[in-house]
Amino acid sequence: MREINQEVYKDKLWQWQEGEYTVTRTSQWSGPGCHQGCGVLFYTKDGKVEKIEGDPNCPVNNGRLCMRCLDMLEAIYHEDRLTYPMKRAGERGENKWERISWDEALDIIDEQAKRIMGEYGGKAIAAFQGTGRNATWPVSSLGNLAFDTPNTGQGTLSGDCCYGPRLMAMNVVMGTAWIADMGQALEARFDDPRYRIPEYVLIWGCNPLVSNSDGFYGHWIIDVMKRGSKLIVVDPRITWIAAKAELVLRLRPGTDGAVALGIVSQMIENKWYDEEFTDEWVYGLEGLREAAAEYTPERVEEISCVPAWKIVKAAEILGHAKPLAVQWGLPLDQQTHGVSASHAIQAIIALTGNVDIPGSNIFFVDGFIQNDIRMSLLERMDPESQKAKLGCDGEYPLRSMGYAPFAMPEKVLQAIEEGDPYPIKMVWIQSSNPLSNCAADSKRWLKALNSLDFVVVADLYMTPTAVACADLVLPVAMSPERDSMRAWWTPFRAITKVVEPLGEAKCDETIMLEVGRKVAPEKFPWANTEEMRAAFMENLSSVDYEGSFEDLKHDVWYYFPFEYEKYKTGKLRSDGKPGFNTPTGKIELMSTIFQAVGLDAAPYYKEPNESPVSTPELAEKYPFVLTTGQRSYEFFHSEHRNLPTMREYHPWPLCEMNPEDAASLGLEEGDWVYLENETGKIKQKLHIHPGMLKGVVNAEHGWWFPEREAAAPSFFGTFDSQAGCLLRMGDVGPTGWGSSYKCRLCNVSKVED
Amino acid sequence: MTQYGLLIDYDYCDGCHACEVACKVDHGFQEGFDGIQLFQIGPRELSPDHWEYTYIPAPTELCDLCAERVAAGKLPTCVHHCQSLAIEYGTVEELAARVNKPKMVIFSVKDGA
Ligand code: SF4
Ligand code: SF4
Ligand code: SF4
Repeated sequence: MREINQEVYKDKLWQWQEGEYTVTRTSQWSGPGCHQGCGVLFYTKDGKVEKIEGDPNCPVNNGRLCMRCLDMLEAIYHEDRLTYPMKRAGERGENKWERISWDEALDIIDEQAKRIMGEYGGKAIAAFQGTGRNATWPVSSLGNLAFDTPNTGQGTLSGDCCYGPRLMAMNVVMGTAWIADMGQALEARFDDPRYRIPEYVLIWGCNPLVSNSDGFYGHWIIDVMKRGSKLIVVDPRITWIAAKAELVLRLRPGTDGAVALGIVSQMIENKWYDEEFTDEWVYGLEGLREAAAEYTPERVEEISCVPAWKIVKAAEILGHAKPLAVQWGLPLDQQTHGVSASHAIQAIIALTGNVDIPGSNIFFVDGFIQNDIRMSLLERMDPESQKAKLGCDGEYPLRSMGYAPFAMPEKVLQAIEEGDPYPIKMVWIQSSNPLSNCAADSKRWLKALNSLDFVVVADLYMTPTAVACADLVLPVAMSPERDSMRAWWTPFRAITKVVEPLGEAKCDETIMLEVGRKVAPEKFPWANTEEMRAAFMENLSSVDYEGSFEDLKHDVWYYFPFEYEKYKTGKLRSDGKPGFNTPTGKIELMSTIFQAVGLDAAPYYKEPNESPVSTPELAEKYPFVLTTGQRSYEFFHSEHRNLPTMREYHPWPLCEMNPEDAASLGLEEGDWVYLENETGKIKQKLHIHPGMLKGVVNAEHGWWFPEREAAAPSFFGTFDSQAGCLLRMGDVGPTGWGSSYKCRLCNVSKVED
Repeated sequence: MTQYGLLIDYDYCDGCHACEVACKVDHGFQEGFDGIQLFQIGPRELSPDHWEYTYIPAPTELCDLCAERVAAGKLPTCVHHCQSLAIEYGTVEELAARVNKPKMVIFSVKDGA
């Protein structure tokens, strides 16, 4: 990394004066933003943020920022910021609002919630949060404590198909979640002598430079490429990073399981694996061999479109790569049998022995701040109330066994629509814009949400979801307006308030506390957010940080002590014995947990329920495989559509297809096209991508147009163009996780008007 | 007279637009105006499985090499924020000394003071 002028950047000082500006060193952690918490310097003057700069001394991002944080000022001081609570003045969808005070808002919430809790029980209230940013835990905790409901979570996201399936697969197979090692566990990064640069990075179904998903700063991969790492990429599309790879496996979306099993089989048959490691640390090799045997390279080619020779080549490279780091992505969650595909990919990792060694795939055993807080709060909830959690009635045994932190979205929808097994009457939505984003079959969700007695939306701006269904809208403070703390993996980071919230906006924790103190004061004994935060800091069970929040603010970040090869020292298991945190103490290539609940112990491949192979008649009508959800630099999911600078670079919703496919339909670059299937129809602009696998259409998600009419039926045009309209609820895997967001079918036709 | 400029390692520029936005917000450029602008080559398949997919940012007429920041001891904001750490600032001599591999280009932007 480059040399830094410490006269200007002051090492690790948390705050100083630079001319007319106060400079504060902290992290920016949503919203707006993403899963990352990049180190930033906020320049403030007279109570306003005047500038933002990446913190060159922060080992997480080394001063770098993506365009979204660089454009932070536009977000903070946007004229559409919500700055006071409002209640609905007209009908739902009319976008007519009346300004009210927080006291009035709390009175309304109290009255509605208590009426519903009295009549139907707390379980009739659901709390929907967005993706795992620092704005999520207060939402589920609010639901659990204030409303006494177990029905919290992403709410509308079919099969919890974002990281949930992979997390489940990691916990079952390896016993602990892991992440590719880019030196991020060590404060000195590449200067730490323990670290080794990966020989290969396997990027499976991920465009990490753009997505920065799951606490992984994508450009770390550039850092290791510069230091010699080579790449293997599995993706239907030639992304920029795929073009840099030694080998690219362009697969049909949804066939990841077959490709992974093909690689596994080749590794085993050719003995391209680490026998020393597998002898000692792996369970079920023979069973895996049998399960994978039918996936010959030729068969895999037939299924996945990946040439047979590439399967063999990939197995050979991966089987010899040391260290090998694997960064995988959302497609493994967004296919019905994605849990099994994730199982198979982990088998590849286990066979190579690239587990918890430097430069491979590492386990973190501490720093689960959000979980610590949530669990410490959950203790205040009546355990009886937890039992009614939707999705835990036995149909999906792993959910009932406690693997599910959240209510199952399909069951939440059923409860709303049919009152089965019991009705849901109120929904609290915070840090989420499901109708533009994560909800599959979004028009069905629109109808469902509109059937509710009472809906609260808390957000930064007025969103399509808020206009469409909210009875009450609450303004949320942004990251620089908020004191908080967060870790995802490491380090533990302070989020420091540098300016007061705009207008009457309040931060997520404060909203939770104030609603809690109103509705269930016995469970919220803290007089204010500071007191509550202090209590949280004292109860962080997975963190060895001794200081107060003030200390953390001044430390800015704190790296947990990190050790490699923890399976040798007993640090992965609560009994302190060497091994992995699984029933056999080994990495379970054959899962004893899956077996115990009647699921396949071995990884398997099954065709997507809807595909050219499984539903050929349907494919005649809808000949393209539809994949959705890829990110762009400009937007975090449905965020940032209202920022002129982001729209300058990315004005329209784009879908991508191969030149041959486009030519066969008489389509040209920039044409508006309809994408249509049995669920819905949307309109996007065509981008012809020579690197897209033939037969696949890639459609952007998260679209709405803040410049368009807010009121019904427009809802900022979200249903015109958002990919969720083409997805369906209920296409969930046998574990109860995973859904088909990345592998449905659709037709493409030109918009003629 | 000494020339100052930017060295771009276009092997690693992945087209993230951070340089453009960093420059734009720092200088307050209006829509359609940038101090640095990204150009794209490809993606195109040169031979089976060999893809060219390249981005190169080029400083525009509006680039002042972040004179104010540099005077304050900082790096130009595009250099500071480039997510691939693919831009360096200096005299063209200093930059030329850093060209040690293919796919690097130096833009000589302005005369030194
Ligand atoms: S990755 Fe981008 S949006 Fe996310 S915290 Fe870093 S700079 Fe901000
Ligand atoms: S050096 Fe400064 S002015 Fe020039 S392109 Fe970079 S950011 Fe813009
Ligand atoms: S910031 Fe760097 S990587 Fe991003 S587009 Fe500019 S030069 Fe390329």
